Amino acid sequence: MGQTIEADPSLVRPLQRTTWRFYVLCGVLTTIVGIGVAGYVTQLQTGLAVTGLNDKVSWGLYISNFVFFIGISHAGTLISAILRVSGAAWRRPITRMAESITVIAIVIAAAFPILDLGRPDRIINVFLYGRIESAIMWDFVSIFTYLTGSIIYLSLPMIPDAAILRAKYQLGRFRGFLYKLLAGRWTGSRLQQIGLKKAIGLMAIIIIPVAVSVHTVVSWIFGMTLRVGWHTAIYGPYFVVGAIFSGIATIIIAMAVFRRVYHLEKYLTVKHFRNLGVLLLVLDIAIIYFSLSDYLTAAYGSQTQDVRWLAALSTGPYAVLFWGMLIGGFIVPAVLLSLNRTRSVAGITIAAILVAVGMWVERFLIVVPTMAVPQVPFDWGVYQATWVEWAITAASIAAFALLYAIFSKIFPIVSMWEVAEETETISEAVAEAEEVTT
Amino acid sequence: MGLLISDRVFEIVGWNPTDFRALADNRKQWVMVIDLARCDGCGECTKGCSREHFVPEGTEWITVFKVQDELGAQYFLPRPCMHCENAPCVKVCPVGATFRRDDGVILIDHERCIGCRYCMAACPYNARSFNWAEPAHTPAELAHPYSIEEPWPHRVGVVEKCMFCVHYAKQGKLPACVRACTAEMGDGAIFFGDMREDAVSNGTETLPLAETLRERGGFRFKEELGTRPRVWYLPPRSS
Repeated sequence: MGQTIEADPSLVRPLQRTTWRFYVLCGVLTTIVGIGVAGYVTQLQTGLAVTGLNDKVSWGLYISNFVFFIGISHAGTLISAILRVSGAAWRRPITRMAESITVIAIVIAAAFPILDLGRPDRIINVFLYGRIESAIMWDFVSIFTYLTGSIIYLSLPMIPDAAILRAKYQLGRFRGFLYKLLAGRWTGSRLQQIGLKKAIGLMAIIIIPVAVSVHTVVSWIFGMTLRVGWHTAIYGPYFVVGAIFSGIATIIIAMAVFRRVYHLEKYLTVKHFRNLGVLLLVLDIAIIYFSLSDYLTAAYGSQTQDVRWLAALSTGPYAVLFWGMLIGGFIVPAVLLSLNRTRSVAGITIAAILVAVGMWVERFLIVVPTMAVPQVPFDWGVYQATWVEWAITAASIAAFALLYAIFSKIFPIVSMWEVAEETETISEAVAEAEEVTT
Repeated sequence: MGLLISDRVFEIVGWNPTDFRALADNRKQWVMVIDLARCDGCGECTKGCSREHFVPEGTEWITVFKVQDELGAQYFLPRPCMHCENAPCVKVCPVGATFRRDDGVILIDHERCIGCRYCMAACPYNARSFNWAEPAHTPAELAHPYSIEEPWPHRVGVVEKCMFCVHYAKQGKLPACVRACTAEMGDGAIFFGDMREDAVSNGTETLPLAETLRERGGFRFKEELGTRPRVWYLPPRSS
């Protein structure tokens, strides 16, 4: 174990060899990020007037993206932690993939409230004058706790891999330095292994309530106001379930990409897609249930504001998005994930893509229509996002992909020691079984 | 006020540090009464307010809405900031840029506001507006020194709203909207005064506050929300 682990060299291959396609991809993504940066520069110069936001609809794409990326961040940590705690052995090849999604998604999510600020130059006031009654402060605290916890939770299982990479591979000065830093004095002794396992197990348990709190608190930003559509107790669990839902979809997409590009068919098997597909289906049903509860409660009581809000969603300016989300983002994926014929890698990946897009739309429909519903007599708010907002949105997705791609070149995207351990445990079990029979 | 510690936490532990911005003569409690039966929707209040406070174009601190009900009745509803006793905007502000003064007026510290606009999302009356770009300035506006009570020159990236003309109240003068309304109508629809004195005035006429509200069926906008506004309305048709 440790140094003695027989790491599969095919997992290190993506770190050793980089094709021209990777550089083209990085170039394209960097360009998209660059356009977003240019958009933000114009916003800094003229103010938020370059966006489609106005006094009625004062939050838009930025806040939607914030909620979306926080949701995605649940992919990792929560799923890998839950699977670790419940001892699901099949999780091993996907934990690192999931945990790195978390860290990258939180960093990008955390940028959005700052992009949305009218006075980013005064961000220091949050520290100087922070008020704990404000849900924004709750968010601030929980997101930074989550980010810290996720970084620890991602790096702990990287220690043995870093030691392997440090000992056996020459990957240049930068990466060599990283591995040395991370591996520390890891020798793989029995004591160290017990310590590491304990630490990982402890972090897995700690990170679950932290992850739940993060998305609950994000929902409370909306829930604590007196606005129609927001002021509901269902928002906490609704957001958490939605977050895990979009998170699983993101892992499935990532798995499909890495499987193909890095030839990881051996590790990312149909079983992984199917297992995660079942989880995705369960959460899909949960989200349909939550949506039904939310909309039916509002519709049945039919208070003036509720009726206006529902009409805007179902037949008004947001109808295409609303029905698109319900049918394309929730129902079609549920069908794809239920039928045996479509439960292939391709079918599950398509369902995951639909879910990811559907959940982005869901976040948008949480933020914007509520703000557009008139609170005073009686003119509707109108919001049309501008190129700056779209450019920054595209840049955030590109930045996510870029950081993820770069990460996969610095670290094996499949945890080498964990999968090696799995094979070992299996061969041990087989050996034991053979002993018993003979 | 301070890092992660709020007024309420201080109150609980029994220590009350002074927020100097909130100091005001608490023997005064400013209120407004708007007689909807008199309002003809001319919009002079908005103009007077914007003129005296150099309110940027496209922004209004007091807006006149036209209301039409299903039975065809039509009236106008001027909406200043409600200066709620239980103000949702004050609750949600992450940095204490908006706060309630001892005289019941909600003000905004334009030098502290970070422009997150959570207060706008929280305000049930849409009483707040944001400077999306650097507003057009006039020389008179720029010559004026900024203070929290007289928050202009206006600036980009912060939220602003009606501040109940506390700078005039200090001089014993009625708010800009009240004066503009009375100047236009003769018998103005907007009254301003001190709740403790139990009297409100539009400049030509003074009404007893509690009695008027009781006898004329005074009400507050969205009473059911529990925000406890300091602005009362008299119904559009007097019985």
